[in-house]
Amino acid sequence: MPQNGVLMTDIQARIIELIAKSKNLPVSSIGMDTTFDELQIDSLDKINLSFEVEEMFSIQIPDESLHSLKSIGDVVRGVERLVAGAAQPPATA
Amino acid sequence: MFAGQSGIAALEGSFPGQLAPQPGLRFKATATVRDFDPAQLPSTVLMSTDRSAQFGIVAAQQAVEQSGVFSRYEAANVAVVTGCACGGRAADEDASRELYTRNARVPPAVILRTMASSGASHIATQHGITGPVLNLATACASGTHAIGMAFHMVRSGMVSAAIAGGHEAPLTFGFLRAWDSMRVVSPTQCRPFSRDRDGMTLGEGAAMLVLEPLEEALSRGVRVYAEVVGFGMSADAHHVTQPQAAGAALALTRALADSRQSGIEDAQEQIGYINAHGTGTLANDAIEAEAIHRALGDSAQRTPVGSTKSLTGHGIGAAGAIEALATVLALERGRLPHTAGVTEADPALKLDVLLADARDMDSAHPMALSNSLAFGGLNAVLAFRRLIP
Repeated sequence: MPQNGVLMTDIQARIIELIAKSKNLPVSSIGMDTTFDELQIDSLDKINLSFEVEEMFSIQIPDESLHSLKSIGDVVRGVERLVAGAAQPPATA
Repeated sequence: MFAGQSGIAALEGSFPGQLAPQPGLRFKATATVRDFDPAQLPSTVLMSTDRSAQFGIVAAQQAVEQSGVFSRYEAANVAVVTGCACGGRAADEDASRELYTRNARVPPAVILRTMASSGASHIATQHGITGPVLNLATACASGTHAIGMAFHMVRSGMVSAAIAGGHEAPLTFGFLRAWDSMRVVSPTQCRPFSRDRDGMTLGEGAAMLVLEPLEEALSRGVRVYAEVVGFGMSADAHHVTQPQAAGAALALTRALADSRQSGIEDAQEQIGYINAHGTGTLANDAIEAEAIHRALGDSAQRTPVGSTKSLTGHGIGAAGAIEALATVLALERGRLPHTAGVTEADPALKLDVLLADARDMDSAHPMALSNSLAFGGLNAVLAFRRLIP
């Protein structure tokens, strides 16, 4: 069921494709359990990537969350939460 | 600075050409220069300069007047070395905005206003200086590098005297938005060396110093603030944003070693104040603290360390010069500037962090260091000594 116009299975595929492209790696080499350390993604790479991900899904990743992201799975799950949150109708009084 | 007056204030209003109702910035404060009146400069200068160069020109004017440098030295034997990393950003952004939004023509003066060497050129022209004149850019270390280069030029006898410092006015909408995306700017304001530090605060400004041989300055009775005794430089060769303790320590060690040329053999034990790069980011302050320990050894823990960026913000190319000025003022007065905003000095750094209170310099330790550790891993450290009457 699309949330906020994005199919949830799309999120994983698009994030993996983004990272594969930025690191010049085959998509098949990156899975949900792959860590940033394994991909040699340092703090600056994380900042650049979070910017791209925010643009891609029209979300805002808080600074505190950025520090706790260690794997592709962390990013995918975090983005899914933010996308689902953005799709909620505003609370009524 | 010595009374803890801060130049950091809330961002107000909107920016020219801003499309959204809000500026879209997570941080709320910068350190801007207030009430600067460009009309104090001749119209020909205004035509070909951006705010950055204007800052530099006015600061140099003040230094020249105060020092009476041209009453002693020929303008052909004087150097001008400025540190300006960003050039005339406002001129560039304004022209680009009009070009891309409405296909406007670009005024020819934009070429001159965006030039990073514009300040240096105008300073030379105003004072008739035909000696070596240059601008250098090493990001946040530009001002320190400029003063250091000028120091070596005077010490070596290449020139008789020099006007050196930095100027920067980069706080355009695009610049602020780019820094916002870097996620290293504090949402409130910088608290260098504080346990709860959470980023830097951006600023602008200029500072210019006149450098000349000490004996000459003393003999002509001009007000001498302090003696420059050493300068050290290094590169981290590590990462474009993450600093490295070994690289910073190397610049510190080299500055101390360079002081031997001023007859100081034990500089490591003589430091009574360190004006740190101290941006207030988690990374910089921790790495800088480690570098200070490596370079000063046992003396590190008792050496007062502060960051005047807590009051002036981070002026990029101007920062090193503003901080050199703060350091020489401290040495002249024998008094240390405040570090504002520190809630609790981070105990992990094991440093004597200056806080928001007044403190005298210890007369047994008459030297001071001013550090700049820039993006791209470029480090520069100036060593100064108090004049003991």
